[in-house]
Amino acid sequence: MTLKTRIIPCLDVKDGRVVKGVQFVDLIDAGDPVEAAIAYNAAGADELCFLDITASSENRDTIFDVVARTAEHCFMPVTVGGGVRRVEDIRKLLLAGADKVSINTAAVNDPDFVARAADKFGDQCIVVSVDARRRQTQAPGQQNRDEWEIYTHGGRNPTGLDAVEFAAKMVERGAGELLVTSMDRDGTKSGFDLELTRAIADSVHVPVVASGGVGSLDDLVDGVKVGHASAVLAASIFHFGTYTVAEAKDYMERHGIPMRRDTNAGA
Amino acid sequence: MISIVNYGIGNVGSVVNMLRHVGIEVDLVATADEVERSKALVLPGVGAFGTAMRALHECKLVDALKQKVVAERTPILGICLGMQLLAKESEEAPGCEGLGFVDASFVKFSDHRTSERLKVPHMGWNTIDVKRPNPLVEQDEQERRFYFVHSYYARCNNSEDVIATCRYGEEFVCIYGRGNVWGTQFHPEKSHKFGMQLLSRFAAYAC
Repeated sequence: MTLKTRIIPCLDVKDGRVVKGVQFVDLIDAGDPVEAAIAYNAAGADELCFLDITASSENRDTIFDVVARTAEHCFMPVTVGGGVRRVEDIRKLLLAGADKVSINTAAVNDPDFVARAADKFGDQCIVVSVDARRRQTQAPGQQNRDEWEIYTHGGRNPTGLDAVEFAAKMVERGAGELLVTSMDRDGTKSGFDLELTRAIADSVHVPVVASGGVGSLDDLVDGVKVGHASAVLAASIFHFGTYTVAEAKDYMERHGIPMRRDTNAGA
Repeated sequence: MISIVNYGIGNVGSVVNMLRHVGIEVDLVATADEVERSKALVLPGVGAFGTAMRALHECKLVDALKQKVVAERTPILGICLGMQLLAKESEEAPGCEGLGFVDASFVKFSDHRTSERLKVPHMGWNTIDVKRPNPLVEQDEQERRFYFVHSYYARCNNSEDVIATCRYGEEFVCIYGRGNVWGTQFHPEKSHKFGMQLLSRFAAYAC
């Protein structure tokens, strides 16, 4: 009996549609997030993550419908992030069928929001999204050293906050999991920022999900073995059919990482 | 018909979805009268022990549940926090009385009790070891995986209540049962086919 390492495909959703598309052979409509979710459910994904990047407020409610329809067909945990700013947003997502919500900008602007949310819904459903970029700092009389700075608004706005300190503070406020994304690596397919992942994973007692930059199966293995992540999140390698979830699990298992093996586990 | 207790805490929707998916009729019960009319109960729940017990009191469901479960011996399945509420108490809310149907207390996972460095919550898929025959899950050689998300786990005062265990740092009770009262620490409604099997078996036993 060992806790298995999780593989989490992530879908970016805008106005109720998957952005960038998902190239599964058997999908009728590659832009429908629910169809993509069902395909991942059947493929043996351990969890699913929706990141809602809808910009306009009038379309914000589309995500609730996506989550509700997904929950009718997928019997695995679903995390939803993007635009979560009020306790009421969390309540609506959980009622729609989400199991966890991921908070980014609102956690930076108001750390007590994380505390209120965790108090209300429990630590286990509050994920704080730690979006960070590398920076060099110079202290007088010392060598330059690498640090990471927190960004908000999908990686656009720097905050001046140190990522490792921010992560510890969020756990103190009640975050039950951290989704650590390297904004430098996101979309580059050059692998996770392993130093960032490890610096945070080693300093907090909650699970860390590594995100941003996966281009190969070795990247997934490294995220766990070198980065000390409890779970790995990836988008494009799965969406575009470069690898299947089953191939990723085979590979990670061959490298000694315990995986949940049951690829026909879908509904 | 399985009645799911809807007291404003937790993921009622997921439980409804899976029960319907496996062909079981469900309804939601939110008042003492509705609980009184039910034939089999599921008590879901995510969140904190103290908040959830307060919610059960505010909905005036505590006495109704005690009447159904203790006096009428109506089958009940508690899931995750719902399992914890069936017990006497939890370290999470000292002084707060649980429903007390099972003689167990909940304690928090801690590095201090084991040599491993534990991430808490215990979050993800883990396998279980079935200790004795029971209506929920077969006792055979098959490895069954379930989805867990929790920071507290049961310590049963009667060893015969232990149905299955799991290991995270140390061995802990992940299913308990006493008479008509059952609890799973994991989420069957999020556990794919093994979860479907378990909920189908509960329905077959309870209805």
